[in-house]
Amino acid sequence: MSAPLLQLRQLTKSFGGARALRGVDFELHAGEVHALLGENGAGKSTLIKIVTGAHQPDSGSIALDGHRVGTLDPATAHALGIACIYQQPALFPALSVMENIALRLEPVSPGRRVDWRQRRDRAAALLQRLGANIQPDATVSTLSMPAQQLVEIACALGAGARILLMDEPTASLTQSEQLRLFAVIRELRRNGVGIIYISHRLEEIFSLADRVTVLRDGQSVGTHATSAIDEPALIRLMVGRELTQIYPPAGSVPGRVILAARELGHAASGVHHVSFEVRAGEVLGLAGMVGAGRTELARILFGLTPADAGEILLEGKRAAIRSPREAVAEGIGYVPEDRRRHGVILEMPVAENMTMAIHPRIFPGGWLRFGRERALALDYIRALDVKCAGPEAVGSSLSGGNQQKVSLARWLVTKPRVLILDEPTQGVDVAAKGEIHRLVRRLTQEGMAVVLISSDLTEVIGMCDRIGVMRGGTLVSILPGRTDAHAVMAAALGQGPMAGGSA
Amino acid sequence: MSRHFREISVVAALALVLIGLAFAAPGFFQPQPLLSLVTREAPTLVVASGMALVIICRQIDISVGSQFAVCGVLTGLLASLGWPVATLVPAAIAAGAVLGAVNGTLVAGLQLPSIVVTLATMVTWREALRWWRQGEFVDLPVKLQWLGLSQRTGQWLLVATALMVLVVLALGLRHLAAGRHCYAVGADAEAARLAGLRPRRVTFLAFVLVGALTGLATILNVLQSPQVDPKSGTGLELKTIAAVVVGGVSIAGGRGSLWGVFAGLLLLACVSPALTHLRVEAYWEKAIQGLIILLAVLADGVRMRKTGP
Ligand SMILES: Nc1ncnc2c1ncn2[C@@H]1O[C@H](COP(=O)(O)OP(=O)(O)OP(=O)(O)O)[C@@H](O)[C@H]1O
Ligand SMILES: [Mg+2]
Repeated sequence: MSAPLLQLRQLTKSFGGARALRGVDFELHAGEVHALLGENGAGKSTLIKIVTGAHQPDSGSIALDGHRVGTLDPATAHALGIACIYQQPALFPALSVMENIALRLEPVSPGRRVDWRQRRDRAAALLQRLGANIQPDATVSTLSMPAQQLVEIACALGAGARILLMDEPTASLTQSEQLRLFAVIRELRRNGVGIIYISHRLEEIFSLADRVTVLRDGQSVGTHATSAIDEPALIRLMVGRELTQIYPPAGSVPGRVILAARELGHAASGVHHVSFEVRAGEVLGLAGMVGAGRTELARILFGLTPADAGEILLEGKRAAIRSPREAVAEGIGYVPEDRRRHGVILEMPVAENMTMAIHPRIFPGGWLRFGRERALALDYIRALDVKCAGPEAVGSSLSGGNQQKVSLARWLVTKPRVLILDEPTQGVDVAAKGEIHRLVRRLTQEGMAVVLISSDLTEVIGMCDRIGVMRGGTLVSILPGRTDAHAVMAAALGQGPMAGGSA
Repeated sequence: MSRHFREISVVAALALVLIGLAFAAPGFFQPQPLLSLVTREAPTLVVASGMALVIICRQIDISVGSQFAVCGVLTGLLASLGWPVATLVPAAIAAGAVLGAVNGTLVAGLQLPSIVVTLATMVTWREALRWWRQGEFVDLPVKLQWLGLSQRTGQWLLVATALMVLVVLALGLRHLAAGRHCYAVGADAEAARLAGLRPRRVTFLAFVLVGALTGLATILNVLQSPQVDPKSGTGLELKTIAAVVVGGVSIAGGRGSLWGVFAGLLLLACVSPALTHLRVEAYWEKAIQGLIILLAVLADGVRMRKTGP
């Protein structure tokens, strides 16, 4: 076999005292999808960032086609045909699709006249190769997340990328969008592109990847062909022990109604006539396609976009929730979907992030008590197994999954009456996912009501006592928990009989 | 890198300069001129503390110089009407707070960019004052200077007041939930809102506070001069912003402390007298101050690159 497309040898990288990578070997061949797997904080993103030139390794070597490259900075990496699709597309939102593509692909020369026709043609051709139905003139900010991702891939294609790095690209895609993306990835593989693929979703890895390398604590613990290994073995490699992926049992019989929505709506975000109830001790799931209005409904319940129709009842009393502050005062917590945007404050230490929503309660009189704050933070760092240097570590020094845990902890500490979780286990590893599920169950047993939004159908089915399905901005049916996935999908797509009606 | 790296480095730079001066120009350390120097900077310190607060909230207030002039003239006029100091102080603070509230309402209420809003109010207050006073100085009652005490005692009193303001604000910023809210709002206002804080209110209050502090600063100024210059406070915004930036407060908000600002202000303030003692031409002053600011900005850039955006 010829020299591998990309070969990493004994890479090490430390951030201050934290050793993110300690001697990792890795090989990527042309025309393969190579998955990187590992717990939160194992060093996957760090490895990717070294290959894109965003970070410099402390030691170790990088070779392309068998030739060692010296220092790699982003410009060199780009020139060598290395492209990266970040989870958050790094596009210019105010510019059009073709301008974005042109910015990446055309040489920088301020005096050059712009050939708009050529620009548009090239953009159209690239998008067509991907089978993407996107207009070159569309403004990027009007595109959905997956569409933006496709634009990113188009840029990479146009630049003639031979190595494509993808760090949790499917985290906020629905199933059908994922399938589209996989088709694109397979097409690229056929054309000889080498792809490094990071994901916490094992099903994806088995359906997509040829080989998988598992990282644990900054070290590679083995590379396997996906055809020669099974899920339990992979998990064992990842977490170093057996792990049962069983959802915790539902709690006791649900108690009184905590949260009720009556004909709730908000015209501008397209949500209308939503009615449901959640009881103490109950987890109500919200399933549906992206764009069905689930996040929008969550934002209404939390006062981010106050309802302009209908009403919200908390334990039978009408609650006017016009701002997050009022929602918090009413005992509602909300873990937003997108931790990278506003889930945690990156400049602030873990402890300060965790106590942000309960200042009045733990700091009576507005006087901060650092000891109490630290103790609380340590509790939750332990409970959620947050990998960080300590309560003082700033948010930006945590890996993505660990940031997600901090964002969750911020609301768990408030012990809310109602907790709204929007994709709470997105980007979280299998072990921590189980921890989060058990913790949510324990809190519901203590009387909390939970609304759980998730694109992960197995999670919705495994965790929820009832599943509300949304379509076109309203709640179309409520199914019992532990239903089969097809029933949920059918309701989300608007096929088959409408079960239940509103509760 | 330590969290307080920037504060420590400014203090270290200040210490180095002072040690250097102790050898090169021991004359710098004569008590009386030194006390006068510090007294002259006392009002600036008070305003800079407020400026730091606003910048931590990721806003900026370039109208402080004009606020200072308006409050100064008002205080002077009230003093010449015979108001006692005990009523002048709250009057000046209230006047400043009102001016700050105008900025705060425009920025927090209407969500306008603070640099534009305060540029507008800066020009407006300044021009209104010129139109009203026609550049006329306000003569102050003789017994007002140094509160009728000896100059030395008066100077100590002013310096002590300014230091007290600094200490109270610095402690508040670190130990009060309200202080924490400033950092949170400055670092990520939307994240702060999602956590149930009130970014708009925090922003509004920061502007009111910087106005009130500017009002208080005019008292510290009025008490050390026989007249109020209606053009006083010109360039105060630049001086205070420079001290804040040199002191390690991130211009992008969310980071920094008042201790650093204190050291930064002293560092910039001792350039001019140090040059005199070293017998260097005075026109180097601005160049050296510029250099200090540049170094501070460079240090921030290096730090940003190290820890990643
Ligand atoms: N800028 C940084 N400063 C300090 N520590 C960092 C920094 N970036 C990463 N780390 C640390 O390096 C380790 C590896 O982080 P990395 O982001 O590579 O993890 P990951 O495998 O991508 O995890 P996840 O699945 O959660 O995304 C973590 O312990 C993290 O805290
Ligand atoms: Mg990561």
